[in-house]
Amino acid sequence: MNLVIRVNGAEHAVDIDVRTVLLDLLREKLALTGTKKGCDQGQCGACTVLVGGRRVLSCLALAVGVREEVTTIEGLSGAGDALHPMQQAFLEHDAFQCGYCTPGQIVSAVACVHEGHAGTDDEIREYMSGNLCRCAAYPNIVAALKTGKTRMERP
Amino acid sequence: MNTFEYERADSERAATASAFAARRSDTNARVHYLAGGTTLLDLMKIGVMSPGRLIDINGMEPEHGAIEADERGLTLGALVRMSDAADHDVVRREYPAISDALWQAASPQLRNMATLAGNVLQRTRCNYFRDVSWPCNKREPGSGCSAMDGVNRRLAVLGTSRHCIANYPGDFAHVLAALDAAVDIVAADGTRRSIRFEALHRLPGHTPHIETSLAPGDLITAFRVPAGPWTRRSRYLKIRDRASYDFALASAAVALHIEDGVVREARIGIGGMTAKPWRSQEAEAVLRDEPLDEARASLAAEAAFANARTRPDILFKPELGRRTLVRALLEAAAMEVSHG
Repeated sequence: MNLVIRVNGAEHAVDIDVRTVLLDLLREKLALTGTKKGCDQGQCGACTVLVGGRRVLSCLALAVGVREEVTTIEGLSGAGDALHPMQQAFLEHDAFQCGYCTPGQIVSAVACVHEGHAGTDDEIREYMSGNLCRCAAYPNIVAALKTGKTRMERP
Repeated sequence: MNTFEYERADSERAATASAFAARRSDTNARVHYLAGGTTLLDLMKIGVMSPGRLIDINGMEPEHGAIEADERGLTLGALVRMSDAADHDVVRREYPAISDALWQAASPQLRNMATLAGNVLQRTRCNYFRDVSWPCNKREPGSGCSAMDGVNRRLAVLGTSRHCIANYPGDFAHVLAALDAAVDIVAADGTRRSIRFEALHRLPGHTPHIETSLAPGDLITAFRVPAGPWTRRSRYLKIRDRASYDFALASAAVALHIEDGVVREARIGIGGMTAKPWRSQEAEAVLRDEPLDEARASLAAEAAFANARTRPDILFKPELGRRTLVRALLEAAAMEVSHG
């Protein structure tokens, strides 16, 4: 099937098998390999991207069904090498070990702040529970999220 | 994943017309509506479901994606996303048990995708249903039930049959059952009907593969929750292995109207161990016209689980269910509720 999809500000025309999920389209067709395939069944959050600004699991979304702009980890940073404040905060707080879940964590964290669900540590833990980290970097992820939130809200 | 035909239907009329046409041309057509897809795509990937045709109904959100409330009650459009209903001001204030049940379900990403109608229609998480290498009467009628003597601590003790002990895994649906909601449905031929929520799901009996009273092509358009003086004093308590992002081992939906220290009306739903969304009118009757204390709550809990049928791995569940209900009742009784 032919499909036009908008990802990180650019339009792409692709010809895909109808079964292709958004995750595989991003990785295999558009070479956006920042988005990771973890469980591939909606349980780990490694494949989290934004669609229309809302965080979703790209492994459970049919690519042909995507109607709004997709933002991946590659689309968060600004011009040049400038990192998104949440990316910078994850670096500073060492909020990862192996790093495989990190793109999903960061995209989810940005959405968590926008949703207004990052008020307290408990709320952050609850609203980040869809992103698993097998290295258990959770304490540093919570700390990074708070720093990232403060910088995102700076005028 | 087996391949399928895919089409977008951007209105209710287009969706039902397409389902109607597909059924006419091939009575065996395995046509499914696709909304959030979080159950359907998952089950397609593991080979449990293999639709021949998907009708993507996300485009009918303008018609059936709203939340409305007035003095008669709350109307939730079928395509409202779980996260939007959970965070909705009126839902949180007037029907807190609905918000409780939704925000404690799944993960934020899944709640952004999953619709309310899809949530209600989610399939069991029984591992033998989800693994096609095992016999399962729900997936393959007559093949047997591997769960009876298998790993079954997450399965049901109420409403089961000797053919199936699968657990209905959702949360929100127990609240709809307790609050006696109605379901609006449009059939493939355009006929509209409204049924009580409790009549939507079927007990497994001899036919565990038939889970609802929906006919092929039927489309849920809305849930309507009647208003009542009990909805503000309502909550949903969920007990699970993990503190977040897990299915219930036990849960209780309770709504109480208390006046002068006496329960005038009680609504009770039970989850985590029921074959379908579950309302316990037996427990409600025990509470009505009595003061609510721990002893009275325990009597209600006894009544709720009087017909529980256990298997070796799930002996603990009726007691867990009773304690969950007692705690939910006492917490609801202690809620500060403003009137007016």
